[in-house]
Amino acid sequence: MSETIAGSRRGANVEFRQVGMALPRIDAPGKSHGKTRYAGDHVMPNMLHAKVLRSPLASARLRRIDVSKARELPGVACVLTREELSGRLAPTDIAGQTGRKRLATDQPILVNDRVRYQGEPMALVAAETVVIAERALELIEFDLEPLPGVYDPFDALKPGAPIVQGTDNVVAKYKVRKGDTEAGFAAADVIIENTYCTQFIEHAFLEPEVGLAWVDENEVINIRVSTQVIEHFRFIADAVGVPHNKVRILGSLVGGGFGGKEDVTVEIYLALLAKATNRPVRLCYTREDSFFGHGKRHPFTLTHRTGFTRQGKITAWKVDMTADAGGYVFLSPYVLLYATVAAPGPYRVDNLHVDARAVATNNMFTSAFRGFGAAQACIAHEQQMDEAAKTLGIDRLELRRRNFLRTGDLIATGVPIESAVWSDECMTRAWEALGERTPDDGPIKIGRGVAAYQQSYGRITWLHDTSEAWVGIEMDGTVVVRSGVTDIGAGQVSALAQIAAELLGVHLTDVAVYNSDSSTTPLAGTTTATRALYMTGNAVRLAAEAVRERLLRRAAQEFEVAHGKVDMADNRVFVADHPERSMALKDLVAVCASEGVHRSELVMFRAPFTGEIDPETGQGRVHPDYTYGAQAVEVAVDTGTGEVTVLKSVGAHDVGLAINPDAVAGQIEGGAAQGQGYALSEELRYEQGQLTSTSFSEYLIPTAMDVPEYKAIILESRSGVGPFGAKGIGEPALTPVAPAIANAVADAIGVRIFDLPITPEKVVNALQRLGN
Amino acid sequence: MTVTVSMTLNGKKVSADVEERTLLVSLLRDHLRQTGTHVGCDTSQCGACVVHVNDRSVKSCTMLASQVDGADVLTIEGLAKNGELHPMQEAFRDNHGLQCGFCTPGMVMSALDLVANNPDPSEREVREWLEGNLCRCTGYHNIVKSILAGAKAMRKGG
Repeated sequence: MSETIAGSRRGANVEFRQVGMALPRIDAPGKSHGKTRYAGDHVMPNMLHAKVLRSPLASARLRRIDVSKARELPGVACVLTREELSGRLAPTDIAGQTGRKRLATDQPILVNDRVRYQGEPMALVAAETVVIAERALELIEFDLEPLPGVYDPFDALKPGAPIVQGTDNVVAKYKVRKGDTEAGFAAADVIIENTYCTQFIEHAFLEPEVGLAWVDENEVINIRVSTQVIEHFRFIADAVGVPHNKVRILGSLVGGGFGGKEDVTVEIYLALLAKATNRPVRLCYTREDSFFGHGKRHPFTLTHRTGFTRQGKITAWKVDMTADAGGYVFLSPYVLLYATVAAPGPYRVDNLHVDARAVATNNMFTSAFRGFGAAQACIAHEQQMDEAAKTLGIDRLELRRRNFLRTGDLIATGVPIESAVWSDECMTRAWEALGERTPDDGPIKIGRGVAAYQQSYGRITWLHDTSEAWVGIEMDGTVVVRSGVTDIGAGQVSALAQIAAELLGVHLTDVAVYNSDSSTTPLAGTTTATRALYMTGNAVRLAAEAVRERLLRRAAQEFEVAHGKVDMADNRVFVADHPERSMALKDLVAVCASEGVHRSELVMFRAPFTGEIDPETGQGRVHPDYTYGAQAVEVAVDTGTGEVTVLKSVGAHDVGLAINPDAVAGQIEGGAAQGQGYALSEELRYEQGQLTSTSFSEYLIPTAMDVPEYKAIILESRSGVGPFGAKGIGEPALTPVAPAIANAVADAIGVRIFDLPITPEKVVNALQRLGN
Repeated sequence: MTVTVSMTLNGKKVSADVEERTLLVSLLRDHLRQTGTHVGCDTSQCGACVVHVNDRSVKSCTMLASQVDGADVLTIEGLAKNGELHPMQEAFRDNHGLQCGFCTPGMVMSALDLVANNPDPSEREVREWLEGNLCRCTGYHNIVKSILAGAKAMRKGG
């Protein structure tokens, strides 16, 4: 269940008619009908089917690859290897509407010489059927010379370690030097020091990577693909060697992303094969391909040293963190930056010292995943706060209250937080919503935990992020929104429709949104970084406001009243003080059309633009703003079997303003489930770089049976930089969940398990150690 | 070897010539172009491919097409009547029972089999029944709510 805190609408001076309503999403009928066409549902005449050959070894040299037998197989149209690609590289840096020069992290599209992770692509096949393509893969002969590998980031830092990337395997570094940490520790009454570890996590979106490409009559490579980022057309064009305006990405509604479809997936393979064969080519990953085919969530090791006064005030905080970047760089530098910014969480820390590094290994490469480093940071700082509370003998919630940031305080990077910080309100309400404590029952021990967080929304401010949208009103009074934004399932498109409906006085069903086409819809940037509503929502708001303004000016003339006295709702335009004086919106539109009044607007919304932070101190602005909130949980631990059951789980978040409260609650509930899997059951295991969990029978995401009835509490400070004061909720919904569960387990059994996931084996072992 | 499969699909007689090894889900999606049934895992864990064969829910990635010869097959596309959503589909729409929507057809088809045998299931029974249907977006919360609401609407409807 969910509730919106009514009292939190204070400060409201606008009566909303569409925004804030829990309306059914505009994409819901198609999806429940089975009519929605996902990227994998499209076919074309004369279409070929593609497959990717992947390296079975994680660290090797490709001595020889012979595809002659595969090419001879009837039905095989094309086989591509390093021979044909002659060293072509694929960009792997952050994509989208960014003014930043690309980092020099391009990687070979297909293995050229070195294999750096298990699953690295070595050859591409296109054939008449999937079965023939699979047979062709089996006919490719290759000779891989095993090379010494390194599978742990700390081993990779040692002198003499095999070098995977650069000269020392360090692919990114960040630091924060704020205040005087030594003085802060000297002033501390108690110093708490612990190390926390997190694991590799799989996105496990239900729709595996898929796309269909064809070259059209204008030599444009068209790719219909499941992606979070249609702006990848530039990277794809660079990789294939054609001008940017000769690649078109048509996004579809995406069957789940969570960051896993933020990097390029199948697009470059499809572009190369379609260009080579001049036929349409489809590539659809199997689930196993998906486990090998996209980057994972970074495992982090985080050592925290925190000084407190006896009264529980933080005097200094030192964090050292190491992330496993895997075989290639991808978005590791950005994930590491987010983790650095979020290192001390939602707390005021005047003396802060952070050292962070991402290190290449021969494990699977790691990249974006909902929470993007801040989730790993939260797992550490929130367990650290509980450990401190235990040592200090202060209530866990009270210790947090004594240290929460307040509006105007300086965050880790030394800039003031400008929006509301309702951490305390969120934490308190989440905790209260747990209700009566479930009693222990023999070997079943009950525990409770809470976690608070700080998570950015919007991209890094030195990426100079922009988003475009076009809004127009048709002759019959219906509304059209055009924007490149991708909808990855959270209701991004529906929210845009709701904003346009609000401002143009129509109903949600009167708005059509055309999105996700890199050639015909204005480019909106990525659906990543909890930025879609903030950026594109603002662009739609500005465009709709411009159209509204013109229509209302013309209506004021018609009604012979002053401008500002006219309003619009329910497809009508009326004098605000005399609503009986009204006209149909379509009649006003007809007047405007006949007089040439411009009935549409194209807008670019710009995030704050800054330069980079100071590399020596980590001080400076990094993000447009931050969301704050908390998760509270109650767990039952079977001390006999070690099994942990989540009994209650409540997420309370200040979302600024909920454009659609049901959609917001959906994010909070979905985040609660993903976070629960993160805490308890999910782990991609790599043994010497070899993945041992390659299906949903080994990689266990929560089922309906595993999860309780989640509760979502939505608070609205109206203080965000999104449309109408909204903040972001996509990533924040997940971030505090895993540490809240970890804290609850520690509360139940009296001992902490410092490395996730908290499996039954670890619980039993911890209890045995405690018993000894 | 090619086999001819004839069946009733969503109330209409259809037949197709397919290779013996063809799975039911491939017959539906690739040969008959009924793409509402999805493939999420191809190892029968996720349940995105659930359809009804002779009124029982099955994962169509675990059956050969030849096994449905002569059978009555119902997919998500066959539920709406005269363009009107089935009460269970309406419940998913009205209760925000979907986000990305990829698991939705399987969830709806699975739910209908439950409700056919248990018209008034408890929340626990719904959760137990959904053990073979994975969702990564919703936390199942609104899916369970949708199924309970859909079951209620179906009881009222007849």
